Amino acid sequence: MTAEVLPPPKISVGPMAWLRENLFSSVLSSLLTLVVGGLLLLVLLLVADWALTEARWGVVTSNLRLFLIGQYPGDQAWRVWLSLAIISALSGLSAGIYGAATRTLGASLAAGQILIAVLALASNLGWVAIAGLLVNAALVGVAFFASVRFRISRRLLVVMWLASLPVSFLLLSGLGTEAVPKVSTSLWGGLLLTFLLAIVGIVLSFPFGVLLALGRRSTLPAVRILSTVYIEVIRGVPLITILFMADIMLPLFLPGEVRLDRVLRAMGGITLFSAAYVAENVRGGLQAIPSGQGEAANALGLSTAQTNIFIILPQALRAVIPANVGLFISLLKDTTLVVIIGLLELLGIGRAVLAQTEWFGAQLEVYVFVAAVFFVMSYAMSQASYRLETAMGVGSR
Amino acid sequence: MTSAPLAGRGTGVAPWRDIRVIRVAAQVVVVGLVGLLAAFLLRNLLTAMDQRGLGFGFGFLDSTAGFAISETPIPYSATDTYGLAFLVGLLNTLFVSAVGIVLATLLGLVVGVARLSRNFLVNRVAAGYVEIIRNTPLLVQLFFLYAFLLQLPGVADSVALPGGIFLNQRGLSLPAPVFSPTLGAWLAFVALGIGLAIASRFLLPRGIRSIGLLAILVVPAIGWIVLGEAPIGVDPPVLQRFNFTGGMTLSSGFTALLAGLVLYTAAFIGEVVRGGILAVRRGQVEAARALGLSEGHILRLVVFPQALRVIVPPLTSQYLNLAKNSSLAIAIGYPDLFSVSQTMGNQTGQPVSVIVMVMGTYLTISLVTSLLMNLYNRRVQVLER
Repeated sequence: MTAEVLPPPKISVGPMAWLRENLFSSVLSSLLTLVVGGLLLLVLLLVADWALTEARWGVVTSNLRLFLIGQYPGDQAWRVWLSLAIISALSGLSAGIYGAATRTLGASLAAGQILIAVLALASNLGWVAIAGLLVNAALVGVAFFASVRFRISRRLLVVMWLASLPVSFLLLSGLGTEAVPKVSTSLWGGLLLTFLLAIVGIVLSFPFGVLLALGRRSTLPAVRILSTVYIEVIRGVPLITILFMADIMLPLFLPGEVRLDRVLRAMGGITLFSAAYVAENVRGGLQAIPSGQGEAANALGLSTAQTNIFIILPQALRAVIPANVGLFISLLKDTTLVVIIGLLELLGIGRAVLAQTEWFGAQLEVYVFVAAVFFVMSYAMSQASYRLETAMGVGSR
Repeated sequence: MTSAPLAGRGTGVAPWRDIRVIRVAAQVVVVGLVGLLAAFLLRNLLTAMDQRGLGFGFGFLDSTAGFAISETPIPYSATDTYGLAFLVGLLNTLFVSAVGIVLATLLGLVVGVARLSRNFLVNRVAAGYVEIIRNTPLLVQLFFLYAFLLQLPGVADSVALPGGIFLNQRGLSLPAPVFSPTLGAWLAFVALGIGLAIASRFLLPRGIRSIGLLAILVVPAIGWIVLGEAPIGVDPPVLQRFNFTGGMTLSSGFTALLAGLVLYTAAFIGEVVRGGILAVRRGQVEAARALGLSEGHILRLVVFPQALRVIVPPLTSQYLNLAKNSSLAIAIGYPDLFSVSQTMGNQTGQPVSVIVMVMGTYLTISLVTSLLMNLYNRRVQVLER
């Protein structure tokens, strides 16, 4: 064995070293870098060329009101901004109390409203809307600092959140008085409707889903079979068939006197659909609870109901929050399917706008805008969910 | 407590406290409530259907459909029955789902591996692709792709892609495979080659065993020479003045749907694959390396079998999602199961029967797919002792 003289170690700092290590570490890697880099550059140039010279973005700015609130009457639009203000304030408070994940959400909400306000400068939205959006964005911050400074009880916050939903709904649909006349849900549209469908869907389906999950794990065969069949049937068919059924068959299933309008029927369909998925999420959480918890509760003499309510569910539901955020994101994206039964949510408005002779052929612009709005919302939520998972230590405990 | 009636067999427990009685009673109550609800809904349904003159039954399946379908894998015309129309829709759904699953799996594998690449650019591009696709609705993507295809040049100025493929606003023209009359004879050679390769595993001594595998390639090649004709020819699309002759043309609706489903599902499959590979412990690879296995062997014998175990269950649900998402075809004019059925429902005035058929069919597709994947899953799982 002769002593081998080793060459001096390679440089391992500086931009050149970084390039060598991450882009040109081997022949294959260098080749990949060149091919992928070239293609990426080509695509980016083509897209930039289209977006900056060819695309007619006026289709978005001149229809921004439609995209945001649909055909909601213009002189009543303040009600939308006001309910948004309630949500902004509560988000700010939550961000101060819960931290991490909710802070991401609160910041996104504020940033989103500022972004829309900036867009609105070039649109027909008017000063009230712009001022409202900016005030709302500021409200998130104010509420955040307020909750950091003055301790607000968590219980109160939960109650306020629960109350905010019916309050917002009433505010939007109206009381039938002089000041707040009724606004038919058929006029709701755009981003407003997208949000309402998703939020109502997840909130209403939650209790139903929890019951189904408990039912599926029940030791009573009849209960277990009924729950399992419901969950598997719903999960086995596409959402669009359920929406279609809700649209056509729900009126047939209900007594003749009860008339539901389109939006409510779609909400019903979405709720029935997402309940099955919530149930499977919750079941995952239930299975993660060590069986000793239930056995200990039994040994202490708690009834089945007491065991579930006080011991099992609090632990299980906490564990499935990230999964449910994921479900909410996919539900938010799935609300676009109501286009097919003729509702004018964000995508539906986009298609309606394309029917204007002025903007005929501006399809790619509209779809890029709609996709961008969804991207911003889903990305913010998935980041929040990711931080939540980290904070809760899911998977690392 | 006064004289409480004793529960059977003298256990001394009152019936309302006897767990067996409670269990039966609880089930009776639940089933009763669900039954009542079902009866209520059914009664409303029957009344409403009566009032609106809607019928329920499947007799209409034998009557003439009277509507044309733009794409039919089997011969169908407007004079055929509703039953046949439904079958055409079903075949279209199965076709787009099957092709979509294969392509999405391949692309998903590439994406998953690219996400793990140590090459910064490849890694970031794959991550960007996954984030964009996963955070935007599929329906928007489909509309976008469809609009994109429709604003491409017309047939006369088709965009030529490598491999004799042409893209224009009417869709995609591809070279079509042509089966020669000798295909059957050639397939016999293929079977013989595979048979020899399998036999060689048992017959040849250990060292030269892999030579036997060559039979898979050699025997069909001999067959090709013996038969003197290519078993599968290629019929390329040729641009005439107004359209293509030869080859096969996929409509723009189908192309957009397939591209959308593949791009969308591949992003999810990519994440599944990435998760599966990451789930294999580092120590496994290090141990294999310490044993002197080559990188190829490590991947094939150590990493892949273990990753597969993690990958298969979520992959199943991605396949199911793809099949269910193919129902969005209705939005871009591809006549799939749902789209055809909606026309049927409108025309026959029996939307209830049609929707029952559609949901039943999708449910069957889902159940069969998950059954097959569960069988496969059982094969790749660890046998725990």
